[in-house]
Amino acid sequence: MSDHPKYKAWQENLLKKSLDRFPERKPEFTNHGGREIPRLAVPDTIDAKYLDQLAFPGQYPFTRGVQPTMHRGRLWTMRQYAGFSTAAESNKRYRYLLDQGTTGLSIAFDLPTQIGYDSDDPMSCGEVGKVGVAIDSLADMEALFDRIPLDQVSTSMTINSPAIVLLAMYVAVAEKQGVSPEKLKGTIQNDVLKEYVARGTYIFPPRPSLRIITDIFQWCAGNIPTFNTISISGYHIREAGSTAIQEVAFTLANGCTYVQAALDAGLEIDVFARRLAFFFNASSNLLEEVAKFRAARRLWARLMKDRFGATSPASQMLRFHTQTAGHTLTAQQIDNNIVRVTIQALSAVLGGTQSLHTNSRDEALSLPTEASVMTALRTQQIIAHESGVAETIDPLAGSYYIEQLTDSIEKGALELVNTIDESGGVVAAIEGGFIQRQIENASYDYQQEIEKGERLIVGVNKFQVDEDCRPSLLKIDPTVEQQQVSNLAKVKANRNNERVALALAGLAKAADSDDNLMEPILTAVREYATLGEICNILRKVFGEYRDKG
Amino acid sequence: MGVNERKKRVLIAKPGLDGHDRGAKFIARALRDGGFEVIYTGIRRTPEEIAAAAVQEDVAAIGLSSLSGGHNRLFPAVIEALAKINGSDIQVLGGGVIPTEDIPALKEAGIREIFTPGTPIEIIIQSFQEACDLHYRHRSA
Amino acid sequence: MVEISPLIKAITNRDSRAIARAITFVEDGDRQADLILTGLDPVLIEKATVIGITGPPGAGKSTLTDKLISQYRNQNERIGVIAIDPSSPISGGAILGDRIRMMKHALDNDVVMRSMATRGRLGGLCGAAGATARIMAGSGCSTIIIETVGVGQSEMDIIRLADITALVVAPGLGDDIQAMKAGLLEVADLLVVNKADCPGAEALAMDMETVAREKPPLADNLARVCLTVATEGRGIKELSEALARIDYLQRQGDEHVRRRQQARTMEVLDWSLEMLRPGLQDLINRHDVLETGDPRLLAAEIIKELMNH
Repeated sequence: MSDHPKYKAWQENLLKKSLDRFPERKPEFTNHGGREIPRLAVPDTIDAKYLDQLAFPGQYPFTRGVQPTMHRGRLWTMRQYAGFSTAAESNKRYRYLLDQGTTGLSIAFDLPTQIGYDSDDPMSCGEVGKVGVAIDSLADMEALFDRIPLDQVSTSMTINSPAIVLLAMYVAVAEKQGVSPEKLKGTIQNDVLKEYVARGTYIFPPRPSLRIITDIFQWCAGNIPTFNTISISGYHIREAGSTAIQEVAFTLANGCTYVQAALDAGLEIDVFARRLAFFFNASSNLLEEVAKFRAARRLWARLMKDRFGATSPASQMLRFHTQTAGHTLTAQQIDNNIVRVTIQALSAVLGGTQSLHTNSRDEALSLPTEASVMTALRTQQIIAHESGVAETIDPLAGSYYIEQLTDSIEKGALELVNTIDESGGVVAAIEGGFIQRQIENASYDYQQEIEKGERLIVGVNKFQVDEDCRPSLLKIDPTVEQQQVSNLAKVKANRNNERVALALAGLAKAADSDDNLMEPILTAVREYATLGEICNILRKVFGEYRDKG
Repeated sequence: MGVNERKKRVLIAKPGLDGHDRGAKFIARALRDGGFEVIYTGIRRTPEEIAAAAVQEDVAAIGLSSLSGGHNRLFPAVIEALAKINGSDIQVLGGGVIPTEDIPALKEAGIREIFTPGTPIEIIIQSFQEACDLHYRHRSA
Repeated sequence: MVEISPLIKAITNRDSRAIARAITFVEDGDRQADLILTGLDPVLIEKATVIGITGPPGAGKSTLTDKLISQYRNQNERIGVIAIDPSSPISGGAILGDRIRMMKHALDNDVVMRSMATRGRLGGLCGAAGATARIMAGSGCSTIIIETVGVGQSEMDIIRLADITALVVAPGLGDDIQAMKAGLLEVADLLVVNKADCPGAEALAMDMETVAREKPPLADNLARVCLTVATEGRGIKELSEALARIDYLQRQGDEHVRRRQQARTMEVLDWSLEMLRPGLQDLINRHDVLETGDPRLLAAEIIKELMNH
């Protein structure tokens, strides 16, 4: 056991303070036989390199985790992304998940909602309620959270370009429930930059999109201070086919762009930076993924400190949500996916994630059934309660391989971040197609390796079997679109259309000026102005983005 | 390439709103590497836009990709849009997250082939080849 | 066999299927193309203006073209677009992605768009592009834009088909523009500095002004450099006006006729070479090339043989 003064100082200050405020999950952690499981294993001799590269949990550069006790203090949030069909149907699924022991909600919206179209828009044809829940107005949002008290859950919303509208609706639902805004906990994804390169649900061009995002940062800092205002996402970049290094690099480069935009808008770094959250992919290469999470944490801390002069540890910490890699799921022998998800989830836990979504076995075929979702959740619970990996902090630290890999991912990612900066920054790199091409090439090479059999995927290009049994899949009621359209017509008939028009005119004026957009949008959603109506006002002022191919 | 040699032209498109174009782009590149001229139209296209582009580009076949579950509406809508502008001889193939039980109805609607996840790329290229051959045979008949 | 006279009639009636099919005949070197091309209205072809838009990758050509289309459509003009992309030298295939940025015109029957691959051929591309422009003109397009990446000799030749050439550049592309100075800058009638709101645009514009002054102007106070922000549609109206003015001045003088002569000459040469290839190949095959000395000598001999026929 080391008695290095820095180690002692960590134990006596950071750790003690944390333990005093938040006791660990159990009074003592022991294995079968009664031997104590150490909280944190450290080298016998702590040297300068250790202190510089790793340090202690909760301490810059946060390689070993962002909190002093990590998963011994509190397990990660088990957050299952869900949503489909109508708000009422999704509400049922959320209440089922809460009953089963999930600790946070994660809302999936359908594509029309994500792209700011109402269900009755011609562009929405065939897509309503398909990959998530359809939200047209506050009425849908009220149904979505019916009998779910918003001061008692934390809600993550996968919404980007129109995030400001959905956040306003969430706040308005809370008002109706009598919950004051400062009690709201949760996250909006709100990461538009990655939409241009990987996910595709952009609406406006990059510059006005960045303005909306900084408006959100500003409003939230004053009104819902503990809400995570953005979830800067590498997940979809990886899904689009990037490498692990690219995932880290493009995500952190996007993060720097948001920070710079907020600074340019006059915000104080230590006010908004603590509310930035991240979202990564957990793919199947277990050790590379563990190293990736550690490298991302360290690199972000260094970027925040060195580039932006953030001094508060909370501003330097990279807190992240993880989802297991959807693109690795196979349509063949779908039970194998449970094993893949287990390995991936394990990497996220070993890498120190703050929350986790595990994919379901049938997701290469359709949205998951309730039974598949339960297995996915159970996977997390088994890792948490049976595997023992959550009982000691950063257990792979000090492995020659893991440390080397952590260093090399950090180095590779930093080089790529610098390349983007030198060529004019992320927005220019998106407009010139640089990032898209990098991802596309990596994706193409990977797929070619599979096609040529150089990379083996069990059940796909090796160990195939003839399958004739069809798993039972979740079916979305095909009448959802009609239901949603007729509900929308009712909302429009019952609201005060003069007040709606007035609110929308106010929004148009604000959009044309430098005023913060949140208040005018809140006013509009309270009057049951629809998502599409609000986004169309903004489309008129800001224009629409078209992809580069 | 000499005179009179016919080039295979195909169009790859994503109808609907889903932005996951990893598969569509891979197939576009693989077809290019197989000697096809591939017109790629990007994400979020309406069936009418796809049909009009296919006619203007005089392609032999269209490949549609959808991962959002909208295929039952969107794929047949492309067939209908083609019919309206006198383009029914253009072959339509589709792929994506498509449950097996949806396939018969899609084929009934006129989709020539449906590729589900994990289909080897040679099979996909071969199907485009056959679709093109069929189309060009009709054309010179 | 497709019957030709109904096809010509359908082209005149702006039927997009017929126009597309005719272009395919031209592109594939099909003999039916000859009949179609002789059947087109020469007055329409003469009246139409062909605009070449070129520039390095990333300069924003497609977005600019997209906005120009909208501008011409606002003026109620029917417009043709030929977007040329390179073929893969290995497979002969190509990915033609220029439509992506122009899809909002997909349902407009008065925007005739065609993507064309270079097909790695030594001849025939210029001819195919020129014939395609005439088919579009014959279907009533008053302006035809040919968009191509400004690298490589065959693309340079294509640009010479145009009545007017606009070279698009943007700040931040660095070496590409330097490398381009020698060739494309000389043929360009108009230099477009796109992304004019980005850092470095002003310096680039000044640079372009200097280049532009090296050429004798068609008229005094004629703009030779245009600034645009294509993504926001800024400067597009001015660009279209500048193009119209150049077209007017060229048609007032003899420049328009001179360029058409030049373009036709090149097309004839291009087709001739393309048509000669199979015959030449036959002649070469009659010799044992390892035994006939230097390739240059055999070539001279074959040509002599050919001329005497």
